[in-house]
Amino acid sequence: MFSVYELYKKSKEADIVLSFRGNVTEDFMASVFLIMESKMEGDAQQQRLRKKVNNILVECLQNLYHHMDESDGEDQPEDKRSAIFLVCRDPINRYSIVTGNHILNSNVEKLKGKIDKVNAMTVEELKAYYREALGNSEFSAKGGAGLGMIEMARKSGNRLEYHFDPVNDTMSFFSLIIKID
Amino acid sequence: MNSLVLEGTAKTPSISFSSDSGILSIHGRSIPENSAEFYQPVYDWLDQYALKPAPATSITIQLEYFNTSSSKCLLDIFRKLEALHKSERSEVSVMWMYEEEDEDMLEAGDDYRTIVLLPFELKKI
Repeated sequence: MFSVYELYKKSKEADIVLSFRGNVTEDFMASVFLIMESKMEGDAQQQRLRKKVNNILVECLQNLYHHMDESDGEDQPEDKRSAIFLVCRDPINRYSIVTGNHILNSNVEKLKGKIDKVNAMTVEELKAYYREALGNSEFSAKGGAGLGMIEMARKSGNRLEYHFDPVNDTMSFFSLIIKID
Repeated sequence: MNSLVLEGTAKTPSISFSSDSGILSIHGRSIPENSAEFYQPVYDWLDQYALKPAPATSITIQLEYFNTSSSKCLLDIFRKLEALHKSERSEVSVMWMYEEEDEDMLEAGDDYRTIVLLPFELKKI
């Protein structure tokens, strides 16, 4: 039988403090933000870190929200639209934000290229790339400015970890882990 | 022309633009899902204002959070002000406020200061 205790132990082991699976809606994003903000206490260093976490959180959630409809084809069952979202905090207060969502296979290479590109950059290169992209970018149809990945890499100060799991002929599952410390 | 006043919400900043004084302020947080839609009235107002501006225009930006789609909108606002400044019909200056601990907001201000051709001051709150 499904064991809640096992799930609890696994969540604890993985340092998960917040988890969600389902459709990311505007209301959900607002709620998460409220919860995370209510945790904004502690010393200046802690507050600085939490603010960084919240900043990246907004970006991740809005990415999920804007790309949710990518998998909204007629032949896709409902669950292909749902995403997973986790916030982890380890015992020495390092945070990770984890997202997972379905994307079209045809978009995998492009996304992979984007992340590899920012991962290969130094802090200074990222700064220059961001400024260039900000100055030049046009809005995509989804309202994003194409700056999200650059900004997340820059603010987190760490490489973006990612993985693609093949789902079927048209879809893959995209996992992204952003570490903030 | 009328002033532009928008109340702040959990996702959008409070906006107060006065055509008489030339004092403009964007304050709070800017994390709407659709930033372009939110900022459209701001662009429209600035286009009107540019026709008959105050001799000096001073804009203060004090944000707690902003998402990347808002970052592009802020740049568009600065671009409009840049054009106004260049036309010499109003002397435009920018004041970017940040909290001492907030290195990301300081860095963001520094990004704009490099990109935007306007007198641009970064100021600790």
